[in-house]
Amino acid sequence: MSDNSPSSQRQDGPLLSVRSLSVEFGAGPTPFQAVKNVSFDVQPGRTLAIVGESGSGKSVTSLAIMRLTDYTGGRISSGEVLFRPSDGPALDLVGASDARLREIRGNEIAMIFQEPMTSLNPVFTIGNQIGEALTLHEGLNVRDARLRAKELLQKVRLPDADTLLDRYPHQLSGGMRQRVMIAMALACGPKLLIADEPTTALDVTIQAQILNIIRDLQAEMGTAVIFITHDMGVVAEMADDVVVMWKGEKVEQAPVREIFASPQHPYTKALLSAVPRLGSLTGQPLPKRTPVMIMDGGVPKQTGATHVQDTADYTKPILQVEKLTTRFDVGKTFFGRVTHRVHAVEEVSFDIFPGETLALVGESGSGKSTIGRTLQQLVEPTGGTVRFDGRDMNAMSPSERRGLRQQIQYIFQDPFASLDPRHTVGFSIAEPIVVHGLLKDRKAIDRRVHELLEQVGLQPQHAKRYPHEFSGGQRQRICIARALASDPKLVIADESVSALDVSIQAQIVNLLMELQERRRLSYLFITHDMAVVEKISHRVAVLYLGQIVEIGTRQAVFENPQHSYTRKLLSAVPIADPERERAKTRIEGEIPSPVRPVGQEPAIHRMREVGPGHWVAVEADQLRGAA
Amino acid sequence: MALAQAAPASRRWFRSFELVLGVVLAGGMTLAVLFSGLLFPDGGESMDLMARLLPPFQNPAHILGTDPLGRDVLARVVVGGRISLTVGVLSVLGAVVLGTLVGLVAGYYRGVAEIVLMRFADIQLALPFILIAIMFLAILGTGVDKVIFFMIIAQWVQYARLVRGSVLALRDREFILSARAIGVGNGRIIFQHILPNVLGPIVILMTLNVANNILLESSLTFLGLGVDPLIPSWGGMLADGRTYLQSAWWVSVFPGLAIMFTVLGLNLLGDWLRDYLDPTGQTSR
Repeated sequence: MSDNSPSSQRQDGPLLSVRSLSVEFGAGPTPFQAVKNVSFDVQPGRTLAIVGESGSGKSVTSLAIMRLTDYTGGRISSGEVLFRPSDGPALDLVGASDARLREIRGNEIAMIFQEPMTSLNPVFTIGNQIGEALTLHEGLNVRDARLRAKELLQKVRLPDADTLLDRYPHQLSGGMRQRVMIAMALACGPKLLIADEPTTALDVTIQAQILNIIRDLQAEMGTAVIFITHDMGVVAEMADDVVVMWKGEKVEQAPVREIFASPQHPYTKALLSAVPRLGSLTGQPLPKRTPVMIMDGGVPKQTGATHVQDTADYTKPILQVEKLTTRFDVGKTFFGRVTHRVHAVEEVSFDIFPGETLALVGESGSGKSTIGRTLQQLVEPTGGTVRFDGRDMNAMSPSERRGLRQQIQYIFQDPFASLDPRHTVGFSIAEPIVVHGLLKDRKAIDRRVHELLEQVGLQPQHAKRYPHEFSGGQRQRICIARALASDPKLVIADESVSALDVSIQAQIVNLLMELQERRRLSYLFITHDMAVVEKISHRVAVLYLGQIVEIGTRQAVFENPQHSYTRKLLSAVPIADPERERAKTRIEGEIPSPVRPVGQEPAIHRMREVGPGHWVAVEADQLRGAA
Repeated sequence: MALAQAAPASRRWFRSFELVLGVVLAGGMTLAVLFSGLLFPDGGESMDLMARLLPPFQNPAHILGTDPLGRDVLARVVVGGRISLTVGVLSVLGAVVLGTLVGLVAGYYRGVAEIVLMRFADIQLALPFILIAIMFLAILGTGVDKVIFFMIIAQWVQYARLVRGSVLALRDREFILSARAIGVGNGRIIFQHILPNVLGPIVILMTLNVANNILLESSLTFLGLGVDPLIPSWGGMLADGRTYLQSAWWVSVFPGLAIMFTVLGLNLLGDWLRDYLDPTGQTSR
């Protein structure tokens, strides 16, 4: 760890000083400029957040600081990166030798990446991997390194550190892995920690824990942090200073409170206006469309209007789900006998009404996606009944069930992965029409495709292009057009806006709401993002370990959460408001696994009604995991 | 992705050059072979024992020289292409169709179909090539059709395994799931969504195998298991000319060049076709 107490660091000037840094990719006369002329300083012991949407160059900037762009095909074309190492005068990392850089990487500057599984080597134990940095940089022997590794794991609040040292990465959960990554990054007591979207792949409650750990360790060790994120909520919770990047350029830099209170650059304003804020609809019973500011060629422009989404018709449900159960066999003995099952969905019941949006909220392993896939007949249910328009799905003939796939459509999380790369988007959008024989004539189909493209805000001539020629937001619009092609009554949106940048996300949410009003669509909106849920849904069902723990109108669930898990979930959401007191509640605990040995059935919650249509699971005094 | 789109102009030029050269080479060969009956009505059979082993480029009647029996090398190369190209191309096409179908079914449906089909493939792979060749051709007799049939039997496994592997990787991709969610049936998923996505590696393996099979035909003929040795073929000519390599190189070099140009042409076409089939423009996987 060495002698960097926070006080000894606050001496002369910044720890890291990036001066007019430019990074290029690709060869030839017109290389792609990923970062253009970016300058900023990082002060010792403080946190600088670099915020931007995909393609803004924020990650490239962080890689360039460590000169890791050398390995990803990039080239630092100009500028300098002045770093003040603990053992000498400031040096320019851009011109530093490879040997000097190796001393600095991991030792003086450490990095945490977004995906903890791919950043850990699957064939080495956790202890080996943490120990590697220690033996390499600190010259510890194997035994001492193991002891230090154990200390580090305790520091990141991993229970049972001793046994964890001998585990392999795949045996840990995502949150635990990310904590291991943090332990590794902090192993040599670096002066600067670069965290590139470290919590983006994690569940909210886990994210809250990780953010807490980073903050505590930073205070304890006096490490400076560069925090790269797209999430303004995380920025508000973590940052001291903020750099906003847009299209490879730094457009604004200010202390965090100033950025939120009085953003200067139009892009920052647009970004902040698009951020969904939990609690913004408090007191209003219905979801509401609000205008979005978008950047139109450098000029902010407002699109959409304020509109209350009064579309639901509560006379007769379109979909009735009763005691739906879905389990998967995992783990078999040598003789093929099943030993363990994933209890993905356990006796879940709910209704969806025409024109209504029901949000299914939960974290990973809650079974929310499995419910969607079961309804779309992509997964066979183990039990329960599903009625669509009053008819029992179990009693339907195969052809009727096929027809149901016209009435119910599914939008996936990753629009690029869900479009066939070998076909034009026109082909993909026309496919439901062709498959269900809705239109026979080639010309009529083309016309319909063009209409659909226009409805989702694209142009008819886009039909001839391939998916890779579009941006992420456009691709999701294409997927929406495809889902609407067969004129469905119910659309299941499975994390459909989660992977999108906030400004795109806001537009897609508005689009979904607009289409709902125009076509009286029902949505089953599956997500982990509470802020988006608040904006779009009429009713909310909170899932935990395959069971609904709370269901009711959005207003009731958000303003009067009754179940402890709902409260925990709501309190874990980072709020995009730096004026709020940070981390008032400490959240602990992993999400338990839904895998159970055969014969150990989970107890089914009893529900009680606490308000009109607001049902909550009865909690035993100690409900597993929900502390 | 933005980077991939900005492919340098030189590369695109090279791509079209590839196509042109491929068409010229493979197309030229094919045309010459198709019209060999018109060009050389004697079928390269007429002997002139007075003009044995004439060197090339000296006698206008025998531009590429003559072989030990005084037959025109040019005529024999062109006529010999009939057997070689027929065997090379048809055997590969047959193996591709059979192997791809098996691979698609095994990879997509898994379960019993996969077990049965893939065990078949394993048995096939376990048997030595020459043994099957002798067995089949001893039972069926020799002839061009038998040779093609045998090659299909011997080679479909390669395609089946390749395709099955790709299908296994593809079937869990989200666009397949999303097609299923829309209500697309199995047949359409297999042929519209999976097949186009596995074509790239198939095309490459195909072009490589054409050359392989042209030579294989000559080996079989050499062993007495192939085509009637009196009918000219490129592989056969190569084998015949071997003994004269020191004194009369042209007897074996020209059929060798014919094979080379054909294969080069097909490979270029194959590369181009693979890129053409892949709209994302990623050259290799």
